[in-house]
Amino acid sequence: MPGFSLPQNPRHAFRNRPAGLAAAVVAVPLLLTGCTDNTKAADPSGGAIEVVSSNTECKVSTGRVPSGNLNFSVKNEGTEVTEFYLLASDGLRILGEVENVGPGLTRNLVVTAPAGTYTTACKPGMEGDGIRGALEVTQSGNQPTADADFQHLLDTATAQYSSYVKDQSEQLLTGTEQFAAAFAAGNTAQARDLYAATRQHWERIEPVAESFGDLDPQLDAREADLEPGQEWTGWHRAEKDLFPPAEYTAMTAAERSAIADRMVADTKDLVERTKTLDFTADALGNGAKELLDEVATGKVTGEEEIWSHTDLWDFQANVDGARIAFENLKPALQQKDAALAASLDEKFAALQAELATHAQGSGFTSYDKLAPEQVQRLASLVDALGEPLSRLTAAVVL
Amino acid sequence: MTGCPFGGRPPEASGPDGSAVSADPPRDGRDREQPTAGTRLSRRGLFGIAGLGGAAAGLAAGFLGHDAVAASAAPPAADSLVVPFHGDHQAGITTAAQDRLHMAAFDVTTTKRDELIQLLKDWTEAAEALTQGRPAGATGAVDGPYGAPPQDTGEALDLNAGKLTLTFGFGAGLFEKDGGARFGLDGRRPEALIDLPHFPGDDLDPGRSGGDLVVQACADDPQVAVHAIRNLARIGFGKVRVRWSQLGFGRTSSTSRAQQTPRNLFGFKDGTNNLKVEDEQLLDQHVWARAARPQDAWMAGGSYLVARRIRMHIEIWDRTSLGEQEALVGRTKGTGAPLSGGEEFTNPDFDRQGKGGKPLIPLDSHVRMAHPSHNNGVQMLRRGYNYTDGSDGVGHLDAGLFFIAFVTDPRTHYVPMQMAMAKGDTLAVEYLKHTGSGLFAVPGGVKPGGYIGEGLFT
Repeated sequence: MPGFSLPQNPRHAFRNRPAGLAAAVVAVPLLLTGCTDNTKAADPSGGAIEVVSSNTECKVSTGRVPSGNLNFSVKNEGTEVTEFYLLASDGLRILGEVENVGPGLTRNLVVTAPAGTYTTACKPGMEGDGIRGALEVTQSGNQPTADADFQHLLDTATAQYSSYVKDQSEQLLTGTEQFAAAFAAGNTAQARDLYAATRQHWERIEPVAESFGDLDPQLDAREADLEPGQEWTGWHRAEKDLFPPAEYTAMTAAERSAIADRMVADTKDLVERTKTLDFTADALGNGAKELLDEVATGKVTGEEEIWSHTDLWDFQANVDGARIAFENLKPALQQKDAALAASLDEKFAALQAELATHAQGSGFTSYDKLAPEQVQRLASLVDALGEPLSRLTAAVVL
Repeated sequence: MTGCPFGGRPPEASGPDGSAVSADPPRDGRDREQPTAGTRLSRRGLFGIAGLGGAAAGLAAGFLGHDAVAASAAPPAADSLVVPFHGDHQAGITTAAQDRLHMAAFDVTTTKRDELIQLLKDWTEAAEALTQGRPAGATGAVDGPYGAPPQDTGEALDLNAGKLTLTFGFGAGLFEKDGGARFGLDGRRPEALIDLPHFPGDDLDPGRSGGDLVVQACADDPQVAVHAIRNLARIGFGKVRVRWSQLGFGRTSSTSRAQQTPRNLFGFKDGTNNLKVEDEQLLDQHVWARAARPQDAWMAGGSYLVARRIRMHIEIWDRTSLGEQEALVGRTKGTGAPLSGGEEFTNPDFDRQGKGGKPLIPLDSHVRMAHPSHNNGVQMLRRGYNYTDGSDGVGHLDAGLFFIAFVTDPRTHYVPMQMAMAKGDTLAVEYLKHTGSGLFAVPGGVKPGGYIGEGLFT
């Protein structure tokens, strides 16, 4: 849990925030008030379309643009917080939006639009129908594929991922119960055997688990993450007892029982809470990126499992979780950016192949047995994958 | 010009405005307070003509066409590159932040009080010379006996004073070690010179933390700063040992309103809301130490220096969307305006709500967590620097922020804020790691004829 807990405000892929076009559906009646200067044609070279939102006006620098990627530069010259929408000709379907533009600030919005008639809207104060205008998108020959099934692909992706999270959290609970029983009973050998394999279910859905700011530190805090006086529970507390460093005082049977009971109770809580989670496409993309971030900052450096040295198990699990999210989004990504999809396939495969060279039995070599050049190879493959993976969300959501 | 004491370019070779045309450290132009034209002053030159009056030197310049002498022809203008060493406060605290840093912490190896005091006297003397652009030692780098190693190491010959400041501080280890008092300083350790607690997420390297003495060298030229630390360390050999040192570049805060706000390695403006030298009343309240007990009188006019080496996870930051980066910081990346709107120096409006009633400046954003209004009104004077120590062996930049802050009392002005940030500031939690740490009591300024921390030994 290198990017550990956030008691007040978990900032992770699965926190509740409005997601691009997938989440925001605002039912507003069609109302074209046309306060737009439609006389100018857009710069055919594709320069930004300037939008100036004031308290009373929504000035769009052009009324006609060629199809393709539309770049809006939205400046708020009013005193209220504003937002800007590009709506379909029905004035209802949202094709792109930028919200939370504070007074004086400028935000960019990129929307891919085929030829047709659109509605623009600024919404100073973020309420009501907004100040609307018409935007004509002309045929440029650079026609984006208008795919009615695209949203369906995204919905399928999120539904599949939702099932995956449910499955992993249930397996985590089963494993945790077995682990906790062995740990509480003082069956150290069995608990050690179960430790890394069970944690993999946690690590595969880490961004989801981390989004619960209270459960995450209870279950996955490392000793270095603690603040003075904070009670230390969870996996790494057990780890230290199972793989004790020199001059360590072993837990009593009662202490082990308490830790074990708490882990089971917290995991049950986690399973319950994951059932009610809603996933959006950007959450999948960001979650995949976050998992690779975890690998890059904690696993590849051997910081996560400083006593058990089972970092490569976590490594594999983080990569699994990222790959599943990517695979779920792949059909949608292939429509938007087939080259990125192919590149990610290739980079995942290369990293997996390198990881496989460290496989041992049903698990992995101990991290402290890796030679520096082996760590370097892994790190370099993680970076090679992380860079294109960071573009996944924008590719499918924008 | 500046350069070449052995008959380099004549004065006419200087720039059209009379300014130097070469031998200057690279400048990035971010500082508005560029040195005045024609002011570069050679150490060697100054030393060579010591004793000559300004007028005489000016006359000589015309006849000799000698760089060194010519350079000294305008001593009043040269003041702009010299930060006075003496004063009520040590230089290097409210001094307009220079562009480069070399900070070193030392363990005192001698057990003799007299040797420690002598070292502080020697350092004071050297600091007086170095900060004026003069070499260390009476004979400097090249004027000593041929058969002996030079007193000054020489790499700053031909360079100007570069606004060098040297700021000295005392760590807890100077007062107590292994449970016993040292150097007869029983009961003299100020109560505010605490042992910092463990903060969540700390991953401190003992080899980059602590120290009995600290010296902060700041200058506009890295070679000047390195030269200063190198010569002070050399003077100290046998009495002190360097425990750690850190190079920094690209100041990450402004300490004067005349300065533009610089950017940190995340690409964001840093220190917009920092205390500035102009805020005299606030400095009294938040920066200058109070001598709470009579035995702490030596701290009057002093301050407490907090140093933290903060590694940034640069690579994963660079893969974070612009929207997320701005939400983490709470400001826009371009102009540095708070997300509640306005321009860089507009006060953040933490109550202003955006979509869904959520604050425009997120609850876990850096700017909110660090703001005085969320920290009991406390402020600190930050003076940090970017650092890069190459790469870490797995291909990632070993880089980040060398955080330096001066506070009136770390118990009220650093610990609570850092504790809150380590827990709740997502930027700190996910993208930063503290790898080094130090806390030092910085005594008040040195008067001519006095020495650093003199009051502590009387």
